[in-house]
Amino acid sequence: MGMQTIGRPTTPVSAETGTVQTVSGSKGLLQHEDLIFEIGDVDKTGVDLPTPTGRTDRLGGVTRKQATGLPGLSEPEAVRHYMRLSQQNYAIDLGLFPLGSCTMKHNPRLNEKAARMPGFADIHPMQPQRTVQGALELIDELATWLKTLTGMPAVAMSPKAGAHGELCGMLAIRQALMARGEGETRKRVLVPASAHGTNPATAIQCGFIVDEIAADARGRVDMADLKGKLETTDDIAGIMLTNPNTCGLFETDIKEIADLIHAAGGYFYCDGANFNAIVGRVRPGDLGVDAMHINLHKTFSTPHGGGGPGSGPTVLSDALAPYAPVPFVVKDEDGFHLVEDMEREGAEAFGRMVAFHGQMGMFVRALTYMLSHGADGLKQVAEDAVLNANYIQARLKGVMTPAFDGYCMHEALFSDAFTAEGIETIDIAKALIDEGYHPMTMYFPLVVHGAMLIEPTETESKQELDRFCDALSAVAERAAAGDEGLKAAPYLAPKTRLDETRAARKPILKWTPPTPEAIAAE
Amino acid sequence: MRYLPLTPEDRAAMLNAIGASSVDDFYQDVPMSARLDGLIDGLPNHQGELAVERHMARLAGKNRTASDGPFFVGAGAYKHHVPASVDMIIQRSEFLTTYTPYQPEIAQGTLQTLFEFQTQVAAMTAMDVANASMYDGSTACAEAAVMACRVTRRKKVVLSGGLHPHYAAATRLLCEAQGIEVVELEPAIDGELDLANHVDETTACVIGQSPNVFGTVTDLSPVADAAHAQKALLVSVFTEAVSLGLVTPPGEMGADIAVGEGQSIGNPLTFGGPYVGLFACTQKLVRQMPGRLCGETVDAEGERGFVLTLSTREQHIRRDKATSNICTNSGLCALAFTAHMTLLGGKGLAQLAQLNHEAACDLADALEAVPGVKILTPRFFNEFAFETPVDAEAVLAMLDERGVLGGVRISRMLPEAGMGNVIIAAATECTTHEDIAAYAAALKEVV
Repeated sequence: MGMQTIGRPTTPVSAETGTVQTVSGSKGLLQHEDLIFEIGDVDKTGVDLPTPTGRTDRLGGVTRKQATGLPGLSEPEAVRHYMRLSQQNYAIDLGLFPLGSCTMKHNPRLNEKAARMPGFADIHPMQPQRTVQGALELIDELATWLKTLTGMPAVAMSPKAGAHGELCGMLAIRQALMARGEGETRKRVLVPASAHGTNPATAIQCGFIVDEIAADARGRVDMADLKGKLETTDDIAGIMLTNPNTCGLFETDIKEIADLIHAAGGYFYCDGANFNAIVGRVRPGDLGVDAMHINLHKTFSTPHGGGGPGSGPTVLSDALAPYAPVPFVVKDEDGFHLVEDMEREGAEAFGRMVAFHGQMGMFVRALTYMLSHGADGLKQVAEDAVLNANYIQARLKGVMTPAFDGYCMHEALFSDAFTAEGIETIDIAKALIDEGYHPMTMYFPLVVHGAMLIEPTETESKQELDRFCDALSAVAERAAAGDEGLKAAPYLAPKTRLDETRAARKPILKWTPPTPEAIAAE
Repeated sequence: MRYLPLTPEDRAAMLNAIGASSVDDFYQDVPMSARLDGLIDGLPNHQGELAVERHMARLAGKNRTASDGPFFVGAGAYKHHVPASVDMIIQRSEFLTTYTPYQPEIAQGTLQTLFEFQTQVAAMTAMDVANASMYDGSTACAEAAVMACRVTRRKKVVLSGGLHPHYAAATRLLCEAQGIEVVELEPAIDGELDLANHVDETTACVIGQSPNVFGTVTDLSPVADAAHAQKALLVSVFTEAVSLGLVTPPGEMGADIAVGEGQSIGNPLTFGGPYVGLFACTQKLVRQMPGRLCGETVDAEGERGFVLTLSTREQHIRRDKATSNICTNSGLCALAFTAHMTLLGGKGLAQLAQLNHEAACDLADALEAVPGVKILTPRFFNEFAFETPVDAEAVLAMLDERGVLGGVRISRMLPEAGMGNVIIAAATECTTHEDIAAYAAALKEVV
């Protein structure tokens, strides 16, 4: 008779190495999950609604002919579906998320709590303004913070994201040129080769032409190229320049650049994506900037949400302020009110960019964050962000190749010069996944070969930075040694490398029911 | 400071490892004249969670919510019930605190939900394909107009007199910046079909809306036919996504591009944003679409997986040749939308839509019974325009005093339209019989 083992402590037995195949497709805690179209049922629903009477007499027969055919899930099934899928995602709350230029910092939960207060979440944009004075006051208070931190006199609050803020700034420039009678003659926008792709795309959306300026050997604007362009052209509308730039460097000549552009009759658009490096320490208004968007979802900690929503308030100089889009909030003796029409205070506005008043939910989160940090905390934010990035650069420069000499700002940039023949940036990035980290930004900026752009942000501890640097150093050493094993990484992620070429060749952009032949074949 | 993990000892050790004497060394490239001594003036210093929460609660407390009393405000944003599980799902850290899924091996959660979102939006609009979202309905509308110009290589768009005035403004702004001519028809409660008379061989697209800003539902098929006869496109707009469960959807009317606001499904009102723009089109136009697309593929082991695809349309690859400058979109709002739709299913959506329509019918019946009130919208889903003998702004103010938020006056959006006495009122599944009775009683007192 064997010994009774129930309740006895188990003793682990060393498992044979090799792949374990499961019947379910799950891997331990990592659950396999099919599409809702495969697990749901068209007759099922996860909401309990009253029974309608079926009345349609006021629809005039304009009714849907074919049902959507979409399946539903009960609440437990739906919750489990999204829970299982969520576990296939990396997130800041799991670990360091070093995507350069994206500022993946901690998203405080107080922000979420505030945004869910009914007084913010359950108010309608077209309610009488008398009933939303707190909302208008909040917008005004946030605007004051943004203007004070940037040293700029005005801010347009309605842009929905960074690229939308770029659109706002460039449309303000276009309007200012039109007001000068030069709307048709000044069409040239200078954009550095290192710029975010949104910059040239935005300029084109506004009817401008894009003229690229080179970077110099120090990763900054090539001043000779810039001066040459300004001397040989007479149609400059402006420049779009990121500062600190996408190489993670402060543009040393920024004031001279601003002066040159202004002397040439143009305006200076600053891409504010990297404001986190300088918030509380440098005011863009002191640098000659005419317009700059602020990504509330970067510097001011609103969550990225897997690709938005963002929010891109755009500060404007005195030269551009009159052209700010409607709507905007003004204060008088009766309280706050919205200027929604292009008359009176809004007479010179370049127009309206969106329905309603901007990303209120993001405004609440950003203001909550600002009040939490205060002027002193925000300065510390910038300093810690820059310190963390320089620490990473210092720790990795022995094994990786810094793209430029000297200190960086909030992000450290490396080229792929240290890798052995055949090993690429993407292989290092994917191997980092196996180490439990989201990869850095790859192949951007374009001016650095095989670029790896690492932005840790200020919300990482020294211990976490050390752990990350240990992992990346080891991967970099394997890359330098030509370890072919990197080519198939990641090995330990929910999925191995995905075939992006196949996805683009014959795009499958939605689920379609399997054909009878396919079912028969199974 | 609770969000900053570095200790003074950490900072000193790190500076030492770097070989810097202070953080000031890192800012040496900043021009002398732009260096600040100390803190920026005019802002308070840091505060604890309790103090900040009180500050925000004080501001929130100054606003009257849509749940505080009878509420009938619509005009492009709608008060609907959002299931509790939807808000729990979007607060999962793995969805909330992740980035755009550029590394698909560790972003299948986001990618699969986007694939499901695209499938749902395509089915609801009865279109071939949908993208992974835009900022909101108004910007989606503007992008549709410029996309139609790219597709047709023409430079004129025509907007109906029932297109939401904010959508018209956003569209006009983007088009005019690109040298596209914008023809706007006169505001008209039931004028969508008039678009058919304003399309010629130079027209890139006509843009009609159903239900339109006055609430009127219209089968735009004759407009589609007229547009297609001139090789122009029909862009079909909606601001109330719930209507897709009951009203003829864009694809059944021959639309080439369908755009609209998805806020109604899964997303709270939040004073106008963030919302989620829906964008769908026919298969043959897919490579001219703006925004992100999620597509199916396989991984190295042949397992199904999802990736962002056709990114050669997008700004981060194509730069000045991109179809749009959009980068960040409305990912988390799209997740709320798809989670709510997954709970509803097609059947639940149809039922929800029917309930919305019935609430609006009940409201119309009750208001119509008030002497002096005339319903102007001939066919509607959950919103309609009505006229009283009194100026609409005064009516709404007096209703407000009686605890009823009665709708939106047309003159707020269209000051020049000569509709000073016209109000649009919306009813949804949140509207009760008591709310409707209170509205009718209050209106009776003020007109």
